[in-house]
Amino acid sequence: MNRFDYVRPSTVAEAVQALGSDPAARFIAGGTNLIDLMKYDVERPGKLIDITRLPLDKIEEREGGLRIGALVTNATLAYDARIRERYPLLADAILAGASAQLRNAASTGGNLLQRTRCYYFYDTATPCNKREPGSGCSAIGGVDRIHAILGTSDKCIATHPSDMCVALAALEAVVQVSGPQGDRSIPFAEFHRLPGDEPSKDTNLAPGEIVLAIDLPAKGFGGTHHTYLKLRDRLSYAFALVSVAAALELDGQTIRTARLALGGVAHKPWRNTDAEALLQGKPATRETFKAAADLILREAKPQATNGFKIELARRAIVRGLEQAAAGTPQSQSDKRIQ
Amino acid sequence: MLIDSGSPGAVGTIGITLTINGERRTLQVAPWTTLLDLLRERLDLTGTKKGCDHGQCGACTVLVNGTRINSCLTLAVMKDGAEITTVEGLAGLAQREGKNSLHPIQEAFVEHDAFQCGYCTPGQLCSSVGLINEGHAKTRDEIREAMSGNICRCGAYTNIVDAIEEVMQQGDAR
Repeated sequence: MNRFDYVRPSTVAEAVQALGSDPAARFIAGGTNLIDLMKYDVERPGKLIDITRLPLDKIEEREGGLRIGALVTNATLAYDARIRERYPLLADAILAGASAQLRNAASTGGNLLQRTRCYYFYDTATPCNKREPGSGCSAIGGVDRIHAILGTSDKCIATHPSDMCVALAALEAVVQVSGPQGDRSIPFAEFHRLPGDEPSKDTNLAPGEIVLAIDLPAKGFGGTHHTYLKLRDRLSYAFALVSVAAALELDGQTIRTARLALGGVAHKPWRNTDAEALLQGKPATRETFKAAADLILREAKPQATNGFKIELARRAIVRGLEQAAAGTPQSQSDKRIQ
Repeated sequence: MLIDSGSPGAVGTIGITLTINGERRTLQVAPWTTLLDLLRERLDLTGTKKGCDHGQCGACTVLVNGTRINSCLTLAVMKDGAEITTVEGLAGLAQREGKNSLHPIQEAFVEHDAFQCGYCTPGQLCSSVGLINEGHAKTRDEIREAMSGNICRCGAYTNIVDAIEEVMQQGDAR
């Protein structure tokens, strides 16, 4: 790990000022991703700004929904009684990710800002456009099992690794940020980016901005018509090959509202509102779900060896929607898929 | 600003206070020192193990203010003011409750033969205490899931779950 300056602000204003326009400065909260990247020399910050003393660790009622402070830990969020009752999809997605130790340390804001787990991004001996713009992409034509099938570019095929963010995309969360130009709100769909020609940019945060909170809207899909179905190479403590966050509102057997987002398949949580519109007003049947899956995956593009993920995603979407329709959310401890 | 280390590169520039296994200690640390390295290299608390050093194996698990975390992915300076419990302090936790013995989870690990080589055991023990204090896991499936951050290459998992289940049933965590 490189040597760095360390500061510990007590207010958001101090933190934003400490970051300033210094491209080598980083905020640190849980540290579970940043310290790991520093040990691999992927990140070499000149200054760490320890934001753990900022007053951003509350979950508060707001306009019928909840405001989650950026420093609320993943574990606190997943086990909060209000989250479990009103936003069970979010609780389940969080518990599908990482380990208990990591969830105890990792922050909500940091979960949004974690970097890809692409092998080549981590390996400083190989070219990577995300780590070193213009150097090339080693994953294209390389070991691509965990890489994207949707929204890729010829510069980058990395995936966003978060489970929590897949649920936040489905729930239409809003990210509250602050920076030198003041405060602003970013709809979740616009927070993360596709790689395009600038894969080094994971998000649309402007330089100098800090995440303050995540707002959950009043509509939380409480009850049982939701699921977070995560498929991976081992049953726990592994990143998704494909995951599905699904939530439905039903009138009898007819779909009134559908939300659907995928993880493990793109550079950001993949939500397709056309597919949600297709589901609306249709009977909650396997045929309907297959049609939605076909629509989402019509534009999927396999890499050299990860074509299996397209069929895996198709089946995961259908099964996830079946679980949501049946009111039988996937258990995050008993891993049998019903 | 609560703390500013000044220019980078100066070693040992930040003073912190930690209560480690009940003992309050004032230390000067370089900001890039992980909690794991502080415990092992500076304080000779080598019970906590360095396995992968990347948060993947759980051998470095300690309790910070009663909560289990990976000490390898934590900078010591960030835990200024915290109470740390390592495997060396688990028996002390039990003794605080008036028991002159090992911690119940340590006794249960012995009783159930919940280790072979022992390298992962300090992390497994601290993780188990953290799990029981959290109070979320009730069934064997839930215990297994909540212990997935601790790898055991000898494969003692079944007996580890047995040990945790027994202590949980006794309601004897801390």
